[in-house]
Amino acid sequence: MFGWTVTVWLWATVVFANLAEAVAEGRGKAQAATLRSTRTHTQARRLVGWSSGSLPGTLPRVLPEEPVSASELMPGDLVVVEAGQIIPGDGDVVTGVASVDESAITGESAPVIRESGGDRSAVTGGTRVLSDRIVVRITSRPGETFIDRMIALVEGAARQKTPNEIALNILLAGLTIVFLLAVVTLQPFAIYSGAEQSMITLVALLVCLIPTTIGALLSAIGIAGMDRLVQRNVLAMSGRAVEAAGDVDTLLLDKTGTITLGNRQATELLPVPGVDEPELADAAQLASLADETPEGRSVVVLAKERYGLRERAAGELAHATFVPFTAQTRMSGVDLVMDGPLNQPGDRARRVRKGAASALTAWVREQGGVVPPDVGRIVDGISASGGTPLVVAESVADGSGDRARVLGVIHLKDVVKAGMRERFDEMRAMGIRTVMITGDNPLTARAIAQEAGVDDFLAEATPEDKMALIKKEQSGGKLVAMTGDGTNDAPALAQADVGVAMNTGTSAAKEAGNMVDLDSNPTKLIEIVEIGKQLLITRGALTTFSIANDVAKYFAILPAMFVVTFPGLDRVNVMRLASPNSAILSAVIFNALIIVALIPLALRGVRYRPSSASSLLRRNLAVYGVGGLVLPFVGIKAIDLLVQFIPGIG
Amino acid sequence: MNEVTAGLLVVASLAVALAVLHRPMGAWMARVYTDPGHWRLERLVYRLGGIDPQADQRWPVYARSLLAFSAVSVLALYGLIRVQARLPLALRLTGPDPALAWNTAVSFVTNTNWQNYSGESTLGHLAQMAGLAVQNFVSAAVGIAVAVALVRGFARAGTDRIGNFWVDLVRSCVRILLPIAAVGAVILIAGGVVQNLHGLTEVSTLAGGQQVVPGGPVASQEVIKELGTNGGGFFNANSSHPFENPTALTNWFEILLLLLIPFSLPRAFGLMVDDVRQGYAIVAVMALFWVVSVAALWTAEASTRSDAALAAGAALEGKEVRFGISNSAVFAASTTLTSTGAVNSFHDSYTPLGGGMALGNILTGEVAPGGVGSGLYGMLVLAVISVFVAGLMVGRTPEYLRHKIGPPQMVLASLYILLTPSLVLIGAAASSVLPGPLAARTNEGPHGLTEILYAYASMANNNGSAFAGLGTNTLWYNATGGTVMLLGRFLPMVLVLALAGGLARQPRIPVTEGTLPTHGPLFVGLLTAVIVLLVALTYVPALALGPLAEGLR
Repeated sequence: MFGWTVTVWLWATVVFANLAEAVAEGRGKAQAATLRSTRTHTQARRLVGWSSGSLPGTLPRVLPEEPVSASELMPGDLVVVEAGQIIPGDGDVVTGVASVDESAITGESAPVIRESGGDRSAVTGGTRVLSDRIVVRITSRPGETFIDRMIALVEGAARQKTPNEIALNILLAGLTIVFLLAVVTLQPFAIYSGAEQSMITLVALLVCLIPTTIGALLSAIGIAGMDRLVQRNVLAMSGRAVEAAGDVDTLLLDKTGTITLGNRQATELLPVPGVDEPELADAAQLASLADETPEGRSVVVLAKERYGLRERAAGELAHATFVPFTAQTRMSGVDLVMDGPLNQPGDRARRVRKGAASALTAWVREQGGVVPPDVGRIVDGISASGGTPLVVAESVADGSGDRARVLGVIHLKDVVKAGMRERFDEMRAMGIRTVMITGDNPLTARAIAQEAGVDDFLAEATPEDKMALIKKEQSGGKLVAMTGDGTNDAPALAQADVGVAMNTGTSAAKEAGNMVDLDSNPTKLIEIVEIGKQLLITRGALTTFSIANDVAKYFAILPAMFVVTFPGLDRVNVMRLASPNSAILSAVIFNALIIVALIPLALRGVRYRPSSASSLLRRNLAVYGVGGLVLPFVGIKAIDLLVQFIPGIG
Repeated sequence: MNEVTAGLLVVASLAVALAVLHRPMGAWMARVYTDPGHWRLERLVYRLGGIDPQADQRWPVYARSLLAFSAVSVLALYGLIRVQARLPLALRLTGPDPALAWNTAVSFVTNTNWQNYSGESTLGHLAQMAGLAVQNFVSAAVGIAVAVALVRGFARAGTDRIGNFWVDLVRSCVRILLPIAAVGAVILIAGGVVQNLHGLTEVSTLAGGQQVVPGGPVASQEVIKELGTNGGGFFNANSSHPFENPTALTNWFEILLLLLIPFSLPRAFGLMVDDVRQGYAIVAVMALFWVVSVAALWTAEASTRSDAALAAGAALEGKEVRFGISNSAVFAASTTLTSTGAVNSFHDSYTPLGGGMALGNILTGEVAPGGVGSGLYGMLVLAVISVFVAGLMVGRTPEYLRHKIGPPQMVLASLYILLTPSLVLIGAAASSVLPGPLAARTNEGPHGLTEILYAYASMANNNGSAFAGLGTNTLWYNATGGTVMLLGRFLPMVLVLALAGGLARQPRIPVTEGTLPTHGPLFVGLLTAVIVLLVALTYVPALALGPLAEGLR
């Protein structure tokens, strides 16, 4: 009875060990099936009579085409795709602009615009053109398209063992040999002591000791880590990249879109002496009504929110002439006729302007006004704080002539996204240095960097500067992560240890990076780092747990094996297990069940909260080290309470 | 003063002396191994040996130099012992047979000093002085050299050079071992240890009987026996012999000598990697093991209720009355934890759990504080293993002392922790079922098994102390023992040098908040736990049938 039960549970251990990997892979297979369905036999319309020498821009509107299967397309081929058709392969738009439904890969239903030239030219095979007509130059070989790679990735076919995984496997192999040795040599010692053991007992001891738990879960942890990224719409081209993300020392973050909302916004109105704030607000609003830029809209919003000024529709103002912004005048505004028809002598006319400080002061002086010294002070103050000053002025003309004056200054500034400072504080606690990359001047950059709480910034950054910064960090042994989307980001993306390309970016960028964010959300870089760390922590924690488990198994099995020969060893049976048979069986059952119990944890990953290495270690040692030591004592005892009732066991 | 107070005083004064001495000693050693200049005496040695002291070696060259030197040492020592009868100062002793000579030569070259012979009746003064004592110096220097090479691996970056074996060897002897040994020998002589070239002297005792009293250059050999954690006694009775260790004072001094270098090397390590806190963490783990082991051994010996102990008033079988329980326990813990193997009492006669503790000390792999050099490099390999598991738990590729711990490092570290247990367990398992080796026991049952386990643990870990009670001067024990000592010494050394070479080649990585701190109480606790766990998981099945089966009744 004992022999059979133990044998069954030893086999169950093997089954459970394979179960974990199967479950993890199963989740990927389901995703792969969905992706594969988009890759069905698309017909492509290839342009013929086109040679690689002719410039795309000079393509005649109509070229002869031939239908070919998408799988026959080679890099360099030009294909036409029209509304309603599926793009047959990865490539760049060479002529035309179209809205494209990329939900097949991103899950995002809102269509995106793809156009020739610039950084939004990349299209992905398997996505659908919703409107217009584009010509696409194919860039991928058959079977190596983005979708193909995605399928291979989520299926786990492309999974290679990462260096850390290999190192851990080596350690586990070493431990396995040590335990094998301990068990194999135990038999001679047992024979010497007159307590020869049966083969089944020795096998049971061996299976309990060797790190079966972590061994069974190891590949599941790796697959699940990749899967967590996929769930967040990030595609990692290799597990190595995910692991490298956990090791990152320096994050290069683009200011716009990552740290700030992307547009400067009016945050404050600073009147000159003699003008009150509502008066300035009114003028600022008037000057911005026709300004459809985000900056202009933000002035209207500020006037409404802060000063309760109702937004006036353009038509509401009689005899208003809007003056749009031009690069020459560097100002915008409105001309109002206060009463009476326009351009009549003696009429009172009011002209309101807002714009760059130098342009406005010149304008006021031109109108015969005087610019008070306060203006210069306010403007300089805003510039020094990293903001952009917009001066508001008016000129009122009546019979007695023009009276031009400066009313005040609008403070435009970059608004840092909510919660960024806390994120960066977390990063700092994790030992990660954040560097903001911006094209702004150093003054502005410094102010935003301080407000956002990043550790450093690179102002007036060119792609070459970025590249130089990455190389400098790497020469100090640091691992660098960055995001990028433009073609000029590609070298830096390739150089960085973790390069996350935005899906909206060019195919050059996507080729260069080792991850693609399908949501094109640069802030996600931070999450990617956390997932990388969580992956490693899960491996380490379960390894510790698995090895710590062995202590209790010794306490269960060793007295059971030798208590008959050496009754004193019963004192080692601290769990007071019912009988030698029940003790060995309980340990074997526990060893098998703990694998099943830990599968969800392996798939989900252990809880990770950003903090310093010491506090992470303290917590994980307490939970998985001490826990791994104590739990099996409880578990084996509990199982023993049940199995002792099996006839022939208790 | 009762014995407990006296014992506590011994332990406390040793701890204070070591705490005071390890700083200047460590600083001196760090300077010795980083000094660009050479002493005149050293230059002379280099010129005689045709050595280029400026050459910085790659690890394979370093390892080859070390192995070649040790191979020549074994052959030379074997030859000397075999032909000693024809040389002066032989005291008319013929010398051992080939198997014993091989075992002895290997034993002294590997810093083990397992002795299948009794010194006074086997070897003359020339063999002792020119053979064994020389190896006591150079085998210790070889151990230190490997430790220093590993430390250089951690201290360096972007180079494939790990130092010069010959320079490390010569400097260890000239600048560290010889000066301390000279001073120490004088102190021992002052304390009553003999130092002469007499042979056997027949004397009439007070009681009217006749007794043969051996003489010899004992003090000069005794000092390096402890300082180099060698342990091979001039006399068969080792440090329990009154000519080797006459008083409680010399006993104290000998313990200090055997602990001095192992406890000072972490300081040198900390200085060489430019972060003394790293050295403190290592020395803290070592000290923790020493204190706990002393306490456990002492408690086991002092609290036994066996009939013999009750009759004698204490468990004094196999112990010297002039040392008592406490001095014996402190010596036993220190000698088994340092791979010295000198004994001032006989571990075979200890209580089952006390003897088990001595065995357990050896089974830790001689890392706390371990032999000269071997303790530090063994501990650093275990630190690499600890850092690997812990490093994963903080979410980074594991790193230690600004070097990444990747697959190549784990291969070497895993082989390292696998090697000694293989030698111990396979050797002991074979000896516990084969009829020939079994006949060598003087005890049946669990105690006999402990004797066999202890023998292979001692040889594989290059400790050299015998549990005694096992007649090991047989062809089987001489042959297998010699092999186990050789493999147990030099295979780990090659692995460690390979590790050093790989580490030195890596670029240095920066330390950030995300880096696992390898100093401080948390890491000390972790490293301690890893060592205890590894040792327990490897050896508990065997120990259950030896000391535990005997001790738990």
